Amino acid sequence: MTQQEALFEYCLRIGDNAVILGQRISEWSGHGPILEEDIAMSNMSLDLIGQARGFYTYAGAVEGKGRSEDDLAFLRDEREFHNFLMVEQPNGDFGNTMMRSFLYGCFAFLQFKELMKSKDETVSGLAAKSLKEVTYHVRHSGDWIVRLGDGTEESHQRMENAVEELWSYTNELFETDEVITSLTKVGIACDHAALRDEWMNMVQQIFSKATLQIPAATTYQATGGLKGLHSEHLGHLLAEMQYLQRTHPGATW
Amino acid sequence: MNAIALNESEIWKLLDSIPDPEVPAISIVELGVVRAVRIMEDGVEVDITPTYSGCPALKTMEEDVLSKMKEHSIPVKIKTIFKPAWTTDWMSDATKEKLRAYGIAPPDKLTLEHLHPFSNPDAKPVTCPFCGSAQTHLTSQFGSTACKALHFCDSCNQPFEHFKCH
Repeated sequence: MTQQEALFEYCLRIGDNAVILGQRISEWSGHGPILEEDIAMSNMSLDLIGQARGFYTYAGAVEGKGRSEDDLAFLRDEREFHNFLMVEQPNGDFGNTMMRSFLYGCFAFLQFKELMKSKDETVSGLAAKSLKEVTYHVRHSGDWIVRLGDGTEESHQRMENAVEELWSYTNELFETDEVITSLTKVGIACDHAALRDEWMNMVQQIFSKATLQIPAATTYQATGGLKGLHSEHLGHLLAEMQYLQRTHPGATW
Repeated sequence: MNAIALNESEIWKLLDSIPDPEVPAISIVELGVVRAVRIMEDGVEVDITPTYSGCPALKTMEEDVLSKMKEHSIPVKIKTIFKPAWTTDWMSDATKEKLRAYGIAPPDKLTLEHLHPFSNPDAKPVTCPFCGSAQTHLTSQFGSTACKALHFCDSCNQPFEHFKCH
């Protein structure tokens, strides 16, 4: 694998995670539990889709085959998406969505913080911009986890359920492969495995305020996203997200 | 008009006459999204940077720059840049005062607290742009646009927006 191929793949993954989570969160538009949260969801979705645009555009430029951000978002199939399984999971209830945003958000926060130091100017620029937004997202979801976890009996129970449902997708965030290690060696990417301790620290801080327990290390862990092996949910999400470009190829407005 | 005879400060002046599409009280230059102007042989090059990654106004700003330059027959090329990342610290005190007069509480100076997800910079009450009271509270971190949060003034009972420190 050449450095160019690795960089293309790495930027694509960041874009994939952002666009899939952005699409998921946008499903709350018009369905938020209160007006302010409805607006918050739409805002965060826009941030994520904006981040994806930046990383996709750069991935297309690195690849050098003339693919645009739209080509990468709308004209690739499920197996070509290399996002984490966590971000494609259905929204569940509000607490579940907040838990997913929090667990992924803490990872993204640490990843972008490291990538700000990337020797690749575009990666470090996009990371610096994304970091500011992710900071808000983590503050927002973290607040809700404390409020709901340390809330009523029912809200606590729902947050416990959310932890149980989502914990199986946390290991994947820290997987490394040739793409990550080769780019880390040259100072472009960062070693995801090395982010784990600090991530656990962040989660622990909020979980203890929320009276939630971190599941045992022996919990079953799903994997496959980096290789394009997804849960059944991604296909449905893409069918909706890509519908227009697939039905009317090249449509613009 | 001959583009080659143009000078940088004239271009800046033209750009400064373009209002922000979402907060028309200030210009896109005052907002800080115009980063550089270069006079080229065949026209001008303008660097702009988005406020938030997903800000839908960026496209409108680009179109506004294009049409403003077209008005003056100046060929223009727009470059979107990401580094350094946009910050509200680029707004001058005069710009912040314009925001306040328009009814939007201006951003404070960015502090380390804003950069940490578990800090609570919003705990500090924002001064009401209408009556100047500090008896206000945060309603939501997310407002009508990505760059603003919703607050409520407990003195004059008015909801208002705060341009977030970013």
